[in-house]
Amino acid sequence: MNMVWLIPILPLIGFLINGLGRNSLPKAVSGFIGSITVLGSFVLSLLVFMQVKAGNFHQTLHYFDFIRLESFTIPFDFSIDALSTLFLLIITGVGFLIHVYSTAYMHEEDGKDYAKYFAYLNLFVFSMLLLVMGGNFVVMFIGWEGVGLCSYLLIGYWYKNEAYTDAAKKAFIMNRIGDLGFLLAVFWLISKLGTVQYDEVFNAANLAKLTATDITGITLLLFVGVTGKSAQIPLYTWLPDAMAGPTPVSALIHAATMVTAGIYMIARSNALFSLAPITQSVITIIGLATALLAATIALRQYDIKKVLAYSTVSQLGFMFLALGTGNYVAAVFHVLTHAFFKALMFLGSGSVIHAMGGEQDIRNMGGLHKHMKITSITFLIGCLAISGIPGLSGFFSKDEILAGTFAHSPLLYGIALFTALLTAFYMFRLYILTFSGTFRGTHEQEHHLHESPKAMTIPLIVLAVLSIIGGYIGVPEALGGHHELAAYLSPVVKSATHHLSHNTEYILMAVSTLLVIVSIFIAVFRFRRYSTEQNNVVTKWLENKWYIDELYDAIIVKPIKGISNFLNQIVEKRIIDGAVNGVGRAVNYGSRQLRWLQSGQVGAYVLLMVIGMLLLFIIQLFL
Amino acid sequence: MDIKAYIILSLTLFTIGVIGVLVRRNAIIIFMCVELMLNAVNLLLVAFSKMHAMSAAAKALPTFASDAQIFVFFIMVVAAAEVSVGLAIIVMMYRNIHSVDINFLNRLKN
Repeated sequence: MNMVWLIPILPLIGFLINGLGRNSLPKAVSGFIGSITVLGSFVLSLLVFMQVKAGNFHQTLHYFDFIRLESFTIPFDFSIDALSTLFLLIITGVGFLIHVYSTAYMHEEDGKDYAKYFAYLNLFVFSMLLLVMGGNFVVMFIGWEGVGLCSYLLIGYWYKNEAYTDAAKKAFIMNRIGDLGFLLAVFWLISKLGTVQYDEVFNAANLAKLTATDITGITLLLFVGVTGKSAQIPLYTWLPDAMAGPTPVSALIHAATMVTAGIYMIARSNALFSLAPITQSVITIIGLATALLAATIALRQYDIKKVLAYSTVSQLGFMFLALGTGNYVAAVFHVLTHAFFKALMFLGSGSVIHAMGGEQDIRNMGGLHKHMKITSITFLIGCLAISGIPGLSGFFSKDEILAGTFAHSPLLYGIALFTALLTAFYMFRLYILTFSGTFRGTHEQEHHLHESPKAMTIPLIVLAVLSIIGGYIGVPEALGGHHELAAYLSPVVKSATHHLSHNTEYILMAVSTLLVIVSIFIAVFRFRRYSTEQNNVVTKWLENKWYIDELYDAIIVKPIKGISNFLNQIVEKRIIDGAVNGVGRAVNYGSRQLRWLQSGQVGAYVLLMVIGMLLLFIIQLFL
Repeated sequence: MDIKAYIILSLTLFTIGVIGVLVRRNAIIIFMCVELMLNAVNLLLVAFSKMHAMSAAAKALPTFASDAQIFVFFIMVVAAAEVSVGLAIIVMMYRNIHSVDINFLNRLKN
């Protein structure tokens, strides 16, 4: 346990070495340092995980006081318990695989940029570890801001392309809007309880001090922060644009780890959220709406990464649906399995893009299976897992969410199931268009097609294996399992409260499995022979993402620009500049007029002098 | 004798001096008017000195009665020195521009 502080420090050291030595380190060294530090963290996390699992304790490690004031103290603490160790494993494990993958994927960058990339990636891992290990909301907030910064840096990694830097700015600004909510919630907590420590905030005595309004307000503000970081309505539009970054970054930050920070935060604060039914309804509705909206958009996107991005938004919506229905374990479970199969698919898409020489449009792909078998097969496993085919990881977590939703409300279940079917459909549309059929790109591209190097395929294989077996830690009782994940998390996170009979669960599983298979077959038959998809009104809306970006542009960006323009043209140029220039002009005019007094006639001077003296006399004597 | 008569005489002389300085252009006349103003002040000083000589303050302090009159001598000395410099300037002025009209001396303008 004494080594816990090393877990975040290692990537920080990696960041410092790569960041400071970026001009002199050879590529192999910076890639190695970047990967090995994360591997070290992973090994340490594994040791900590073993201890937590064996002892089943959770503990707060105090290091120093971050802020000390008269009325309250904010310590710099790490909280080591079931929830944080689970996230530690996801972050460092998937993070390590993605670092290894990056050494090959980014190979064409020159040495300076290559080291910079690994420095940013290590800094991200450090911040993310800080986020999940922090023992209070303030330390979490430090990590929260850190990952936002790294996300910005990595989206804008190819900073010479202006569209990419715009995407980075969009991500950063949208995150900042959410962060404000988080910050306000923390202030609210401090003003009411005088502490932000998890173990102090979440104990019954302190929770009893909060009124219902306080709890609803705090949780809603926290959720505002979450919508920014975890890309939910209304702040989700940055995530698809964030695909401008390098693909491994999309896999690590925008699929597996950073965007799940919101789920971590709500699961961590479940004691608070369980007391706020209004917030829970809001989370449920927003989660489900996001899941559905993003899934419909994904149906009609042509950029391979955009499809995956909308799929991520949709899956995150599923997780919030679970959180909103009080099914915290299912949400964390889905974070875990989603980290595996979505990282797998992003890395697979990276492998495809690598082979296609930067091409991302699936209309120009097709038939890649025979050129890159490992990528194709692992990608297929990812698609099957996300669709929820029985036996793979996605099935268990998604089924748990659906079952929890059914217990909550059959209507919501219907919508969620429909979204799950859409998921299967767009995933297989993507798979078929990319890997089967005939190649539709140029000859040059076809000649260039090749399987990716081992550093890229091995992470794919590892993630594929994890995508298959990852679900077996959470086999529901209905299928004869014990749901070990729920047992492991039970000290921190309350288990789901729904009680469905086993028969109901069997029926739900059978229905969803059957419909998913039907939906996959429809997708396969629909896209087996590719021809240009015809556009009608609905699909045009989908292709343009429901015109949400245009809507935001019209109702937020345009008015702000209008106001800025008004301030610039009228207030700045006319009023402020006018006042400043007016003073100058008045002085200039006045001195021109006063110049005439300086006539050079001595008589005139004497006359003025006498008049002046007379005035002084008059003032002195009569006033 | 009533002090008022002295004050009125002094004011009259001073005003004649001021008006002379203001309206005349001949440097010598202006010079004379300046002297007139100085002497108006001298007259006033002597008059007040004589008036206060009998007061209580003068009895307490022996020099009090004669202070102003000594001051008049100073002014006369300064005026004499000034006259010598001033007349010299006027002579130089006449040699340079063949006139004693001060309105010609406006070259510093512009």
